[in-house]
Amino acid sequence: MSKINWYKYSAPVTFYGLAGKMFPGFAILSAILFAIGLYISFFVAPTDATQGDAYRIIFIHVPAAWMSMFIYVVMAAYAGIGLAFNTRLSAMMAQALAPTGALFCFIALFTGSFWGKPMWGAWWVWDARLTSQLILFFLYVGFISLQAAIDDPRRSDRAGALIALVGVINVPIIYFSVKWWNTLHQGASISLTKAPSMAHTMLLGMLIMALACWMYTIAVALYRVRLIILERERNSTWVSDLMKEMK
Amino acid sequence: MSIVFWVIKRDLLLAMRRKSDVLTTLFFFVIVTSLFPLGVGPEPQLLKAIGPGVLWVGALLATMLSLGRMFAADHADGTLEQMLICPESLSLIVLSKVVVHWLATGLPLVLMSPLLGLQFGIEGEALRVLTLSLLLGTPVLSLVGAIGASLTLGLRGGGVLVSLLVLPLYIPVLIFGAGAVDASTSGIGAQGHLSLLGALLVLALLATPKAVASALRISLE
Repeated sequence: MSKINWYKYSAPVTFYGLAGKMFPGFAILSAILFAIGLYISFFVAPTDATQGDAYRIIFIHVPAAWMSMFIYVVMAAYAGIGLAFNTRLSAMMAQALAPTGALFCFIALFTGSFWGKPMWGAWWVWDARLTSQLILFFLYVGFISLQAAIDDPRRSDRAGALIALVGVINVPIIYFSVKWWNTLHQGASISLTKAPSMAHTMLLGMLIMALACWMYTIAVALYRVRLIILERERNSTWVSDLMKEMK
Repeated sequence: MSIVFWVIKRDLLLAMRRKSDVLTTLFFFVIVTSLFPLGVGPEPQLLKAIGPGVLWVGALLATMLSLGRMFAADHADGTLEQMLICPESLSLIVLSKVVVHWLATGLPLVLMSPLLGLQFGIEGEALRVLTLSLLLGTPVLSLVGAIGASLTLGLRGGGVLVSLLVLPLYIPVLIFGAGAVDASTSGIGAQGHLSLLGALLVLALLATPKAVASALRISLE
């Protein structure tokens, strides 16, 4: 087996082709997993004894919340690599991941409030998890709007990378301060942590949904990074050759 | 170290020549906090409860509004570029500029806060804790804000953008600052909160000048 030359694919030109080959696979996988996961969550998983059918929202809510946090860390890691080694592609990956992370963050908040209404009788409580999820959403918005405001791609990459790294250092501080603030105020007397022992099918459904979200994220990020590469390299000869071919 | 002295002296002189800038921030703080009783009603109990939070949010917003001035004038006349190419440590220069920013915006807010606290019915020990928490917290606001100010240097719509970047990062300071006063009035004692504010200040003093220095290099290259 020959050694793969990783450096080859750190160049946007070659990664454009590779991403194009990988995208359909991840997209199909994601569609299949979503179909299985949604089938299990709606038809196979039993109705919860205490929460009724409303609990089924966790099948999308929990994976979305996981993804939103995980994507931020991955994004910051890409940004850090881009800043340290001056690789253009990793900054583009960070930029491509941000909207998906913000989307999952929004889905987690949105579905959470739909779950909260029947369970707690309130659309929103200032619980530590909800609040820190909301702040994470703000951090995504800050990153995206900073990158959007800078026209020069080089400066936009590096400025975005710096704010992503500052954000990722702050996330634990924010999380613990919000948690402490919440316990001190003893606001809503609801604990999200007392997870009742979950039926195996419920857990299975949730894990499959989480995998589907992973595949979706990878597929969308690859698709988006291809567009970013094309936009950035629009003045290069390989892009104009590609455009001629497409015509 | 002479560079610290030099930059502080120069920036202080510049700030003194433009007194209106300092006063605008201060009056913004006063006006914003005075709007709250008009908005929520004059019940003393309610005002006493929301007072610390209102004063802290007012301080956050006032600091944020003044962030644009931290580097903008030096950026416009080219001084900042000279600072970047001078052989002295850029982190030290940044730190000195942040110190002056705090002296010109944070310190007046701290000095004004007991008076505004009295308007909200905060008295005695709680008032002392409020002032002390602002004294510890406002330098953190200037330090963290410097990151936002340096990243948005010379951008269109930089003012609104800086609020998006910086306000989420201010949340821990707000929580511990306003929480200190609440803890003191409820009898728990404010020491834990004040210690954490001090810890945040030390952390910010160590980490932010380097981050701001690299942000300035990114913005001006």
